[in-house]
Amino acid sequence: MAVVPEYRVLPAGDTALVVEFGDRIDRRLSGFVLALDRRLGEARLDGVVETVPTFRSLMVHYDPLVLPAAVLAARIGELVRGLRTSEQSGRSWRLPVCYDRSLAPDLDDVAARTGLSPAQLIERHSAAAYHVYMLGFLPGQAYMGDVPAELALPRRQSPRMKIPAGSLAIAMTMTCIFPLETPCGWHLIGRSPVPLWERRLGPGALLAPGDKVAFVPVSVREYESLLAKAADGTLEIRPSEQIAVGAAA
Amino acid sequence: MTPALRVLAPGLLTTLQDLGRPGHQRLGIPVGGALDPVSLRAANVLAGNPADTGALEVAYAGPTLAVEAGDVRLAFAGADAAIEIFSDAEAARGPRIDGMRSVRLRRGEVVRIGSLGGAAVLYVAVEGGFDVAPVLGSVSTYIRGGIGGFHGRALAAGDLLPLARPKATERGDCRLEGLDLAPPPRFRAIAGPQSDHFSEREIAAFFASEYTVGAGSDRMGMRLEGRPLAHAKGFDIASDAIAAGSIQVAGTGQPIVLLADRQTTGGYPKIATVISADIPALGRMPIGAKIAFERVSLEAAQALRAKFIAEVESIAKRLVPLRPSATEVAPRLMHDNLISGVVDAGSWTVP
Repeated sequence: MAVVPEYRVLPAGDTALVVEFGDRIDRRLSGFVLALDRRLGEARLDGVVETVPTFRSLMVHYDPLVLPAAVLAARIGELVRGLRTSEQSGRSWRLPVCYDRSLAPDLDDVAARTGLSPAQLIERHSAAAYHVYMLGFLPGQAYMGDVPAELALPRRQSPRMKIPAGSLAIAMTMTCIFPLETPCGWHLIGRSPVPLWERRLGPGALLAPGDKVAFVPVSVREYESLLAKAADGTLEIRPSEQIAVGAAA
Repeated sequence: MTPALRVLAPGLLTTLQDLGRPGHQRLGIPVGGALDPVSLRAANVLAGNPADTGALEVAYAGPTLAVEAGDVRLAFAGADAAIEIFSDAEAARGPRIDGMRSVRLRRGEVVRIGSLGGAAVLYVAVEGGFDVAPVLGSVSTYIRGGIGGFHGRALAAGDLLPLARPKATERGDCRLEGLDLAPPPRFRAIAGPQSDHFSEREIAAFFASEYTVGAGSDRMGMRLEGRPLAHAKGFDIASDAIAAGSIQVAGTGQPIVLLADRQTTGGYPKIATVISADIPALGRMPIGAKIAFERVSLEAAQALRAKFIAEVESIAKRLVPLRPSATEVAPRLMHDNLISGVVDAGSWTVP
């Protein structure tokens, strides 16, 4: 018998609905979200405008005059049957990041608070492989997790008014590279030269929900050279060989 | 010389907007586009353009623009505004025209759009549109991301806005008759998606309250001031996606209605979502306006959407040609210096 994961369908106005698998940040829920997203994409339903996967739910934007809500909900009910968390199709990426203190204002503080040396902190952060749960907050901003449990910290008590584009940060179970200058309450532990969002990128952003990411530490000199290439549009970042991301603890 | 409009003064926040760039929200890229897509469409219909052509969205106080082209047809729709036309940048007086019409301007003439009344936004369309490359399928300006429009930002003094057409067509000018831009008495909304984060009593109180559009409102969201709402299970949720018109309630309990430049995802519970038929009217509500909400069912919202779309698609039927005297004579007289100094610009309105 087909397994039907628990879910509920919630209205978000008359042109979007939310298929909610749970209320937590959880790899299994994310697996259902991304698997349903894929099935919906393959079903190519007339009237579906776009889908937005998040940690725990999939928003489906639709035109109710082409596809009435009840019909869409019924189709979703069919697509959810037998849904497997393994049905995702992400690409893998190895992204250069520089953990040098000059680019990592919170490195020492995070090390002190986690009881690790800065070198250990860098080693733990860059040894992990991350799952892109979702993009949001800023264009191209991927929420990647889970960071090793020993690195998990709450957000800073006082958020910064402004952090530079490319900042590599951690907070709670997530790590992010912020694609634009922005206010931010996360802990800054490095910088990446990779543009995650720019008009030159065909789809608009480098990473997509379901992708896998590993970080490759580079020196300040390499960082600056890559940054210069990024600025003149010659930095090419291609998907890497597959990265396996273990299930979250 | 490239045909263009030169920005002599930019106005408070004037941006190029079309109907936005849907299809990229999964990558964190907002839809954006006009706050009031009905007025945008109306301006385009007046200018003889396809309805989704990019036009200038003027917020609260308008720009002053000089024509650097053979001639150009502009059209205005949305808020009320004092629109004055001068023979050149030095002229002290010129005739004043109403909105909801098109007008043909000659090289060197200047149009000055004053403070807006009755609504937050006015659209200025140009026949043929602006010559701007779309980004991800849209010319809409998304300031936070620095893309679209003119260099990804609001207009600045000195900008040259390139035009797609070197000259206006001979189609003649028009006005729109009977297009109702009045807001609904109460904005219709569907409870949810996080209605379970509020007690039934709080939801009922939300729909029974009157709110004021707060000063912190912008293209991302409309901050409402009024009765604070209590959360039943805290104000932090694991982020989920945000639809147009969603009303999120942050820790302060004050609701924020998410508009065109809304972020694609967020971590606050959303008590209700304004229906699609009412979002254009919501987008034109100015700071200080009073608004209230009415709870409707999904079925009712979908019926209202059908009616709304039929109305929007029939805007072109409201076009009424302007007599040549109204479209040409007044500015031309000024231009030819025949009546300069005789007419008080403030009191002379061309119908």
